[in-house]
Amino acid sequence: MDEETEKLGEELKRKVREVFGRSLAIREVDAGSCNGCEVEVNSLTNAIHDIERFGLHIVASPRHADMLLVTGPVTRNMELPLRQTYNATPCPKMVVAMGSCAISGGIYRGSYAVLDGVDKVLPVDVYIPGCPPRPQAIIQGILVALGKMEERKGQQS
Amino acid sequence: MTVEKLRLIVEELPPELHSKVRSAKIRGNDLRLVTGIDDLASLAKHIHGVYQAPLVTMHATDDRAAEDCFKLYVVLSPRGMDAFVTIIAALEPRSQRFVSLTPQINEADWYEREVQDMFGLEAIGHPDPRPLVLYDDWPQGEHPLRKDFPLDRRPPRIKGEYSFTKVEGEGVYEIPVGPVHAGVIEPGHFRFSVAGEPIINLEVRLGYVHKGIEKISESTPYWRGIHLAERISGDNSVAHSTAYCQTVEALASAEVPERAEYIRTVMLELERIYNLIGDISGIALDTAFSVGAANGYLLRERALNLNECLTGSRLLRSVNVIGGVRKDLSANDREKTLSALVRLKLEFEDLVDLMVTSTSLLDRVETTGKLSTEMAVRLNVVGPVARASGVDRDVRRDHPYAAYDRLNFLVPRGAAGDVNARTRVKIDEVRESFSLIDQALDGMPSGPIRTVVENIPAGEMAMSLVESPRGELVHWILAGRERPYRHKIRDASFCNWLAMEEAVLGNIVPDFPLINKSFNLSYSGNDL
Ligand code: SF4
Repeated sequence: MDEETEKLGEELKRKVREVFGRSLAIREVDAGSCNGCEVEVNSLTNAIHDIERFGLHIVASPRHADMLLVTGPVTRNMELPLRQTYNATPCPKMVVAMGSCAISGGIYRGSYAVLDGVDKVLPVDVYIPGCPPRPQAIIQGILVALGKMEERKGQQS
Repeated sequence: MTVEKLRLIVEELPPELHSKVRSAKIRGNDLRLVTGIDDLASLAKHIHGVYQAPLVTMHATDDRAAEDCFKLYVVLSPRGMDAFVTIIAALEPRSQRFVSLTPQINEADWYEREVQDMFGLEAIGHPDPRPLVLYDDWPQGEHPLRKDFPLDRRPPRIKGEYSFTKVEGEGVYEIPVGPVHAGVIEPGHFRFSVAGEPIINLEVRLGYVHKGIEKISESTPYWRGIHLAERISGDNSVAHSTAYCQTVEALASAEVPERAEYIRTVMLELERIYNLIGDISGIALDTAFSVGAANGYLLRERALNLNECLTGSRLLRSVNVIGGVRKDLSANDREKTLSALVRLKLEFEDLVDLMVTSTSLLDRVETTGKLSTEMAVRLNVVGPVARASGVDRDVRRDHPYAAYDRLNFLVPRGAAGDVNARTRVKIDEVRESFSLIDQALDGMPSGPIRTVVENIPAGEMAMSLVESPRGELVHWILAGRERPYRHKIRDASFCNWLAMEEAVLGNIVPDFPLINKSFNLSYSGNDL
């Protein structure tokens, strides 16, 4: 087992309970990635990282999601499907931009076919750097997003 | 030898075609024939048919600035030769039309649709001239790979709608799926026409992740182009960057040090191992064989860790440089690799045992998603998918690069062309990869790991083929100043997507994810 993952995971589990009182549902959206980021999102569920045990679920529909984890620079052809996915996600919702592409367009920045990052299209709560980010970095990013969610909740009450 | 064989191709041309060849030159193992645009199709058809030469790539260049015309390039690979025939034809000055090759050479289909989108050249007589990459909301008259189209032009969206093939009949209904899927996979749209349970038609609609990679590359200096090549299809970083580097090295006639060739081979096979183990685990997952899937993904994670341990990157990024590799493999790295592989091999065999003895799994994979040999040849399918349908083709053996000509390996083949055959071929390929790494580590000579590559002559063209985990991929570059003037990239997936439309026919919709997984094609590599 990977110590780093374990430590982050325990913290995550506590946060998820605090903020949601249950588990956190994540919907992944590939908005034009090179598929490298998907390799790592898929690694999150293998027996080593196994994020399910920390209360994180990758779900099949945006309608069940608390959080959108978006990869890729947002291609022109994925802008609309990304917006539709966002609109189908119930409030309150968080958007996490994962990887250099999702942050700024990355290596594809400035091309006719991309929109240079997720925040050109949706409000982004947390950015996870890396190309692709390692699994531990993704977990860390999700943790930061939960912290923000907690803050937001605190302000409302 | 090769030169002789290529010369013979020219000599053996029937007189009516021979007279149409304006020039014939041999450069390395590439026979370059220049012909008129009206004779392109007949010349290509002749070589394609007589020498059983599949289409390696077909693309255009915009030479209006220098020669007032567009040009088309058709590259064919005659069977049994480590050689290529490139046919070059210029369109008439200011003309934007050419006669479609597709009616004669079936596999030209998507290439021509791509040329139509990206260059605005009309393929007359093409059976299906709908847009391939640029969407219905893309305005007419804007063609990104033309030289007068700036990289950052983002034309406004227009109103438009894509027309799917309509299949009609009693009880026939349509199921649209995607572009955003339920699982963590790339986006694409699948439209099934179903009669009762069986699928009677599938239309795959891609292009959602088109990022303009060829255009970006044409304004990116070579040294940085490697990073872009690594991000064409992220899980095939080494395969694409090796092809890119080899192409640039060929342009400069540079010799890569032997040690670097061995290191590249190790990296290419490490990439194959984690990809194919991932595919095999995915097949287990989609047959609801959870134990197999969990074990498989664990092995994949180990492979990714080994990658990181050796290169600092789980996806083996930044391994290649033009002229060799960036980092040497130390004696320590060698030991680490060998001991990690010993464990991986044993556990892999356990996984295989588990899978091939599970009757519930076999029940799902046998006879599912069949692709006949005939269809695989007709569509020019590549890689493990082709080999599982009985096609005997592997770039590593047929057009050796890196250190492959100094190593021993088998090219596993199947016959049935079903999900089972694809699984078995992938299993056997992982075994060959283990052996290739052992041999490469054993036989690796000492010496430098890179050479300085300078003076890449503008106007030259070169090409490189690499056997990626998904099959044959191609990079073709016409050199400009310090960067490609034209960079054509063809991922293995581009050849295989249409085969999936065939393989699903007669299967039930719930088997589609399984068939899809057994192909495991790249969307990003296809859409560019
Ligand atoms: S951030 Fe890197 S790995 Fe992720 S999609 Fe972009 S290029 Fe690929």
